[in-house]
Amino acid sequence: MEPSTLPPQGVSVRTRRWRRVRRFVALPVAALALAGCTVPTFGASPGATTSSQSVFHLWQGFSIGAVIVGGLTTVLIIWAVFRYRRRGDNIPKQSQYHLPLEVTYTIVPVLIVLGLFAATMVVENKEVANPKTAVTVDVNAFQWGWKFTYPGQNVVVIGQTTQDPVMVIPENENVHINLTSSDVIHGFYVHAFNFSRYALPGVLNQFTFRAVQTGTYDGQCTQLCGLYHALMWFKVKVVTPSQYSTWLQSNYDPTAYAAAQAATKQQTSSIVPTKPTEGNS
Amino acid sequence: MTELLEAPIAGAPHGPEGEHEHQGPTGFLKWITSTDHKVIGMSYTVTSVIMMIIGGAFAELIRVQLSTPNGTLVSLAQYNELFTMHGSVMIYLFIGPFAFGALANIIVPIQIGAPDMAFPRLNALSYWLYLTGSITMLSGFFVAGGAANFGWVAYAPLSNSVNTPGAGADLWIGGLLLTGFSAIFTGVNLTATIFYLRAPGMTMFRMPIFTWNLLITAILILLAFPVLTAGLIMLYCDRHFGTHIFSVAGGGVPVLWQNIFWFWGHPEVYILALPIFGMVTEIIAVFSRKPVFGYKGMIFATITIGALSLGVWAHHMFTTGVVLLPFFSIMSLLIAVPTGIKMFNWIGTMWRGEVWFSTAMLMAVGFLFTFLVGGITGIYLASPPLDFFTHDTYFVVAHFHSVVLALMMGAMGALYYWGPKLTGYLLNERLGKSQFWTLFIGAQLFTFPTYLLGLRGMPRRVAVYPNHPAWQNLNDWATVGAVLMGLSTIIFVVNIMYSWKKYPAGDNPWDGHTLEWFTTSPPPHHNFYRLPQIRSERPTWDYNHPGHGAAAHGELGKKILEHEEVS
Repeated sequence: MEPSTLPPQGVSVRTRRWRRVRRFVALPVAALALAGCTVPTFGASPGATTSSQSVFHLWQGFSIGAVIVGGLTTVLIIWAVFRYRRRGDNIPKQSQYHLPLEVTYTIVPVLIVLGLFAATMVVENKEVANPKTAVTVDVNAFQWGWKFTYPGQNVVVIGQTTQDPVMVIPENENVHINLTSSDVIHGFYVHAFNFSRYALPGVLNQFTFRAVQTGTYDGQCTQLCGLYHALMWFKVKVVTPSQYSTWLQSNYDPTAYAAAQAATKQQTSSIVPTKPTEGNS
Repeated sequence: MTELLEAPIAGAPHGPEGEHEHQGPTGFLKWITSTDHKVIGMSYTVTSVIMMIIGGAFAELIRVQLSTPNGTLVSLAQYNELFTMHGSVMIYLFIGPFAFGALANIIVPIQIGAPDMAFPRLNALSYWLYLTGSITMLSGFFVAGGAANFGWVAYAPLSNSVNTPGAGADLWIGGLLLTGFSAIFTGVNLTATIFYLRAPGMTMFRMPIFTWNLLITAILILLAFPVLTAGLIMLYCDRHFGTHIFSVAGGGVPVLWQNIFWFWGHPEVYILALPIFGMVTEIIAVFSRKPVFGYKGMIFATITIGALSLGVWAHHMFTTGVVLLPFFSIMSLLIAVPTGIKMFNWIGTMWRGEVWFSTAMLMAVGFLFTFLVGGITGIYLASPPLDFFTHDTYFVVAHFHSVVLALMMGAMGALYYWGPKLTGYLLNERLGKSQFWTLFIGAQLFTFPTYLLGLRGMPRRVAVYPNHPAWQNLNDWATVGAVLMGLSTIIFVVNIMYSWKKYPAGDNPWDGHTLEWFTTSPPPHHNFYRLPQIRSERPTWDYNHPGHGAAAHGELGKKILEHEEVS
């Protein structure tokens, strides 16, 4: 050890080092304590469905871990580069192995990862569960729009050239989605649901969600699907159950429904951008 | 401690006046005929940096288009071409060939004391395939219908002949096939070189970390690239010969393409990253004047990363709904462990060292910070529910740009570090530092707003977006970051022109550890006139600083070191 880094008399290296470690750990912990019960959102939002809220809590959990681990590592890097900045022509001690330390920073990450995985599995199992549902919507994605059909209800909503298609669903009701694609891969993404799923040609993708907040939410295709990908919008409107049945009745149209069902089978490519392009060719 | 011989033990001619001084063509003729790994490596370096500039120019156009909601700089169709070619050029033509073609080609044989690569002509073929592949891919811009526009991942069935007719897509496939073969040949060459051409005394556990990482990279290339090549041939057959491998109509499976692509694509991430990890390891050790902390742990971490990377590909496909989520989730999460070991080993190397902030070291430290962010956000994406939440939004874009921008800093650091060895001249440090700060600040200004954009629901690959108050400012900041990074590239080019043959470097400007710093700058035709005794992974350091060999903490640590001494 160089003379300059010798510890002052009476304080062992170990104690000094431990104090330093305590100082690093104390900071993020204190910050969390100050934040009190309100855990920060870390940029995400709870969303409008039961699973979006679980995902949000998972997000918060991951973020707390990220802030602690990332913060500690950042502090270590900053400490190393500034404290040990070259000042002379000394050759430092050529230390290379510290097995207990190396084992620690192998085991601890493994434990953290297992914890994250356990939390992931809890939320994932909830999210991909298929509970009994009262409402089913068949969602068909095509270049470049969306078609929402309500099996057994004779209701169909197709993306129009001038306005986004709106999928109306009731609040506090499990809604089952059958997602298909007529041509290329599309992405069904509703930001307020903290959820997305591919619409794959030749595959029926199914999932269930339960909206707990009325409102109109933006949806958009997230998987590149060709020229008008950027304009492939839709909306999800969550209404009260009574409004929902009124809506179903006023949109009752067996002819359109039958035509849509037939078209889904045949359709390969239909060039219907859901919005006109502004200033673009 | 190691005894060192003053006398050379290998390499016949004893000095520049040696009888076998290479007489060959010079200039253009040398460039096109040479099988010397240093000339080929230099061609790789120059070509890949030019590709970086081209890919960067595309990025600037993309960011200007996105700086306003309904940007009118390019059309929807042109935008699709731009981001496709930005991703393709950066991944296939810049960072990959730079990582395993450019510096690897030059440095690996010298680091192990070899006169050249194992198969010099195959090496030349690799480069020419890479160059022709690059030109082929880029020539898509000059054909009717424009360049490929299905994203750098070319998902089927968007990439079939119905949805993407036109020669641009075929040129993209052809270009990628050529560069793919180039990578495979380089993988063969590196593996053979590292296994068979090590100098006497250079045991496996005395190889520098950079060479170790290139060995694992080369093995990953051999495992992953043939799969991509096969996939591309299938895609081409679907487009032109009426097969239905990826089309539902003929009984094919579109998701098969994603499985094939990502079976190559995820190892590819480490094929890009491991060489740069190696470069950063070398830079940090040399500029801290210490051996690599936990040298053997570092190697096992590299091997673990390589092994795990072959079992995580479907984390790119969580939202397809047709993959086994828990398996790919835990495998992906586990990669954080060896990567974390590397991070702590890098910090441990600097710890109680003598850290010299040259441009190369600044770039390496910038790499550490940026890679830390990219690595941690990668852990989120390994969790399927969080992936459902952020998939195909700007969060993912920000995540992998954190990673690749970190790699870019490592690459730049490596150019400042090894450049003097290749050319004999140093680059200007003041310009180098301004390049670092513009790149580093630009990278953070770009990625952090981009993460938030993703969390606020902006999808990737959109040329226009609604006038959304929560998105606008963030897009502006991201554009400012991109412009700063463009500026850093300009500073880099200016630095090369300004420093041209201005600052002679000498053989060992940084007090290096490994064999390349033992020979002249630039090295002679077959690299060495003499070699020092190789008794650790730092032969040049041992030679220059006798009595300052590595020391270990505790009995177990000493055993690790002693094992190395007797092996």
